[in-house]
Amino acid sequence: MELLITNGIVYDPINQISGEKVDILVKDGKIVSGVKNPKTIDAGGRIVMPGGVDMHTHIAGGKMNVGRMLRPEDGRRCIESRKKLTRACTGYSVPNTFATGYRYAKMGYTTTFEPAMPPLLARHTHEEFRDIPIVDKGGIPLLDNHWLIMEYVKSGDMDKLTAFIAWMMNATKGYGIKIVNAGGGEAWGWGKNVRNLDDIVPNFDITPAEIIHGLAEANERLNLPHSIHIHCNNLGHPGNYDTTLATFDLVKDVTSHNRQVMHATHIQYHSYGGSTWADMHSKADAIASYVNSHDHVTVDPGQVMFGDTTTMTADGPMEYELHMMSKRKWTNKDVELETGSGIIPIFYSRKVSVNSIQWAIGLELALLIKSPWKTAITTDHPNGAPFTRYPEIISLLMSKKRREEVLKGVHSAINKRAIISSIDRELNWADIAIMTRASPAKILGLDKHGKGHLGIGADADIAIYDISPEEDDPRKIQSALSHAKYTIKGGEIVVKDGEIVAVPEGRTYWVNPEFDGEATKAMLEDLAVKFKEYYSVSLANYPVQDAYVPHPVEIKTRCKNAS
Amino acid sequence: MKKIDVKLISGRSIEQGIHIENKMSSGYFDVAAVCELNEKDMSKLGIRDDANVMIKSKFGQVVVRARTNNRNPPGIAFVPMGPWANAIIDPSTGGCGTPQFKGVEVEVTLTFDSISPIKELVGFI
Amino acid sequence: MIITDVLCPFCGDLCDDIIVEVEGNKIIEVKEACETGVSKMMGHERIAAPMIRENGKLRETTYEEAITKAAEILTNSLRPLMYGWGSTTCEADKKGIELAEEIGAIIDNTTSVCHAPSVLAIQNVGLPSCTLGQIKNRADLIIYWGSNQAEAHPRHMSKYTSFTKGFFTKEGRKGKHVIVFDVRKTTTAEVADDFVQIIPGDDYRVLSALRVILAGAGDVVPSSVGGVPKEKLIEIVDRMKSSRFGVLFFGMGLTQSRGKPYNVANAISLVRELNAHTKFAVMPMRGHFNVTGFNQVCAWSTGFAFAVDFARGKPWYNPGETSTVDVLNRGECDSALIVASDPAAHFPRKSVEHLAKIPLIQIDPCPNLTTELADIVLPAAIAGIEVEGTAYRMDGVPLRLRKLIEPVHLSDEEILSRILSKVREIRGD
Ligand code: SF4
Ligand SMILES: [Zn+2]
Repeated sequence: MELLITNGIVYDPINQISGEKVDILVKDGKIVSGVKNPKTIDAGGRIVMPGGVDMHTHIAGGKMNVGRMLRPEDGRRCIESRKKLTRACTGYSVPNTFATGYRYAKMGYTTTFEPAMPPLLARHTHEEFRDIPIVDKGGIPLLDNHWLIMEYVKSGDMDKLTAFIAWMMNATKGYGIKIVNAGGGEAWGWGKNVRNLDDIVPNFDITPAEIIHGLAEANERLNLPHSIHIHCNNLGHPGNYDTTLATFDLVKDVTSHNRQVMHATHIQYHSYGGSTWADMHSKADAIASYVNSHDHVTVDPGQVMFGDTTTMTADGPMEYELHMMSKRKWTNKDVELETGSGIIPIFYSRKVSVNSIQWAIGLELALLIKSPWKTAITTDHPNGAPFTRYPEIISLLMSKKRREEVLKGVHSAINKRAIISSIDRELNWADIAIMTRASPAKILGLDKHGKGHLGIGADADIAIYDISPEEDDPRKIQSALSHAKYTIKGGEIVVKDGEIVAVPEGRTYWVNPEFDGEATKAMLEDLAVKFKEYYSVSLANYPVQDAYVPHPVEIKTRCKNAS
Repeated sequence: MKKIDVKLISGRSIEQGIHIENKMSSGYFDVAAVCELNEKDMSKLGIRDDANVMIKSKFGQVVVRARTNNRNPPGIAFVPMGPWANAIIDPSTGGCGTPQFKGVEVEVTLTFDSISPIKELVGFI
Repeated sequence: MIITDVLCPFCGDLCDDIIVEVEGNKIIEVKEACETGVSKMMGHERIAAPMIRENGKLRETTYEEAITKAAEILTNSLRPLMYGWGSTTCEADKKGIELAEEIGAIIDNTTSVCHAPSVLAIQNVGLPSCTLGQIKNRADLIIYWGSNQAEAHPRHMSKYTSFTKGFFTKEGRKGKHVIVFDVRKTTTAEVADDFVQIIPGDDYRVLSALRVILAGAGDVVPSSVGGVPKEKLIEIVDRMKSSRFGVLFFGMGLTQSRGKPYNVANAISLVRELNAHTKFAVMPMRGHFNVTGFNQVCAWSTGFAFAVDFARGKPWYNPGETSTVDVLNRGECDSALIVASDPAAHFPRKSVEHLAKIPLIQIDPCPNLTTELADIVLPAAIAGIEVEGTAYRMDGVPLRLRKLIEPVHLSDEEILSRILSKVREIRGD
């Protein structure tokens, strides 16, 4: 099918197009330079952007599904009947898979990355991916607490470390390296935690700092499209911004080609000053100033929005702490040799000082970080809020007036312990186009694979919003972004006037690093022992079979300097 | 007639598991149409292994073969999960979906009736 | 031909180390599996052909006719029920849920009559848990409560708990303490270090007493609770607190006896509170090899784990109302489709009586009691032996079932898929 989108005001930051009227031509799912007999869409002066890219959203797998089972009360929210084309939808913060795909598409999003795939349960993540319609997906395996990773980092065996990560990408059909509270998952196996970068992981005689640095180096040796993707140690503790800055500094010496060497996620939860909850305050300025003056780190905020949601993370000890504070129902799931996770419902209240400050910090980070290319819009769905709150967040970032309205109703601590009220910056549409598509695509390294832009050869993933660039009413902005006029996915119109009109299956991106050093053989011997002695499944049954990835996009990389 | 009042527990047994996908066989009949009692309860009833007993509850009655099993304390009748146990358990779920398969009060007596045939238990054929 | 690393499609342990020898499309030997697993894999009597009941007797027919009749029954029903799914693949579950949504059925699985109370308890208090390998490598205190896995999950203790060695449990059985709580001295209890015998129906009390002692208020506990002396309870709490990694497995002794969901919630709460002292996990012992898989698929595709009613076109979940035994006891459904399960054998008699009254469609590899009641019988290939597909182990670890021999019959998924197409055809969609 061919399409011609005409009369649109196009924002395509990667191709330096910022609010210009240019035609977009589509053929066979790609952006092209010429078409013969296209169906024409007259955008009528509306905003046109590449399809949205969510680089960090917990949409699929064991954790999200336990969240659904834990919270039928959430499942009973936002229920929609099945229609001719669409399956029934349920859930607000723990939506079913169908709702997840439809709701993203309705917001003009076409790519979503699940950033916390436990390797042993990767098959489950991929099973759910198959049932998330329309959008393209990728899953980032959790590797930092894996026994073999810790052993190789400890022994300094970079070759075996690299070989093992390459094997893991294949085995999990994974996209990169996720680190969550490095070393904390193993400690949590004994009900303990690590706090600081130099704490020793029990029984493994290694520190979080060593794990993080080792993985960053291996990541670059493997030439992965994405950098290490890190959830820093010490999440959610007053005074933790120190740990965060120290974590950034850890990988300063690691070099990459043309992109960050660390992506630090949901940094809002890691930007706290103070020493107790009573004096906890925003350190968004310190974090932003580091990011502004260094090019090796990118971040996403993990914005908190007021209301009820569900927290879920591989940071098991953190969820337990939350449980001890709120006493709300709590699940934990440690995964042998690898990782863990925890879930607890949460209500972020505007009447609670800490929640109000958290809300402020997310916005502050997005506004104080000067270059939108260094960040992206996230809520760490569903931790800060469900992804369906993005349009509202964008309206807050684009309108000081709207922020002031909200500020009137929040806890007064925000005046002294946050910075938000002093910030005048209002993001513009170009900033938003960067932070919701171009930048996350670049940070993930997907820009080179046709995502996040509309240049010739790119995937024809396109959003048209029912709003013109001059419009500055924040409520209008929110509603236009909530219901795309058109969403086009792979050249096919999937949303028209905010309704789903087609339900293609999305593809799954995974990375296949080619690593053929001698080390692979030795590594496989070590791995065989792990399976024989310690895993509860056999090695032969571990790798995710091709049947689970029916529409794969395999990105091959070649390893640098294997010795 | 001697009788004992006991609590019925139904549950899995390894033999029942082996025959579970072969329920129309005599093997299944042999392992599931059984009531295991402590020897004290057996002697209260004045019976030995392989005597037939009638188990009655508020919800129904069934005839099975008695067998001594001293792993059961006195006061418990163990019947493997299956149609014989299900003829006498409490079908109500108390709003949770699951009937109370364990702990129903029953009366056990010696009987000269033959063991309830499986087809009769599911009824109406 | 020898096939290694085969999954056993019988119990929730989902052992994946079975060795099977196949000769001429027949399994001739099964190694490593327990007796139950071997029995399943070696095969039993099968349903030979599709059947339709006429004048009270089943007569053989074609898939085409049986599927058409099944689709007609379902299309003409006002309140169809779709139950079973204990022993099939997730791929079949998915098709089933799609069909349920299409015809506005109630869809429910065997969880309903075994661990529904656990699901309800988890909704209330959560579940601190882990994978089985975590237990193998770390646990030094193993508790089985109301669960006779020596008979229900015969390799559980040797693969994952008491009799295995792991990274931090190099001593094996010697370094572990095993406690069994039960109303009878089961075969599991015979190999435990401690057997705690509870008066039937008193599990809740005993759990409460343990929690009270743990909370430091032992002085209010009477000298004996549920038949267990107070000193014993104190000793056990001390042992729990001083363990390095404890785990409590519970089975139907908790879920099917007086108190049901409250028993489970009490057990989970005990474990939750123990985490203030040491590492402790809790896990339901799930029965059939893929009963967990249905809960997973149902949760991600409908938002809810079981007992989902699509009569309103959108999922409605209310166990106790939308769960199968309740629906049957109310005499509410006007047809039923049973897949890979035998409710006629495992439901209370009263519930079975209603099943016998309504048009009943069965999809199953083997004849069973439900066959005796069925109006349409559709023989199926055996998941994990003749069909590959996905299953979730009791701890939520997903694995891929193997196909070992060529099937004679269609798979559950294929049959459901054909019924769905027929339903659409009849409705003119
Ligand atoms: S323990 Fe269960 S899964 Fe393992 S072989 Fe026996 S029946 Fe099969
Ligand atoms: Zn996250």
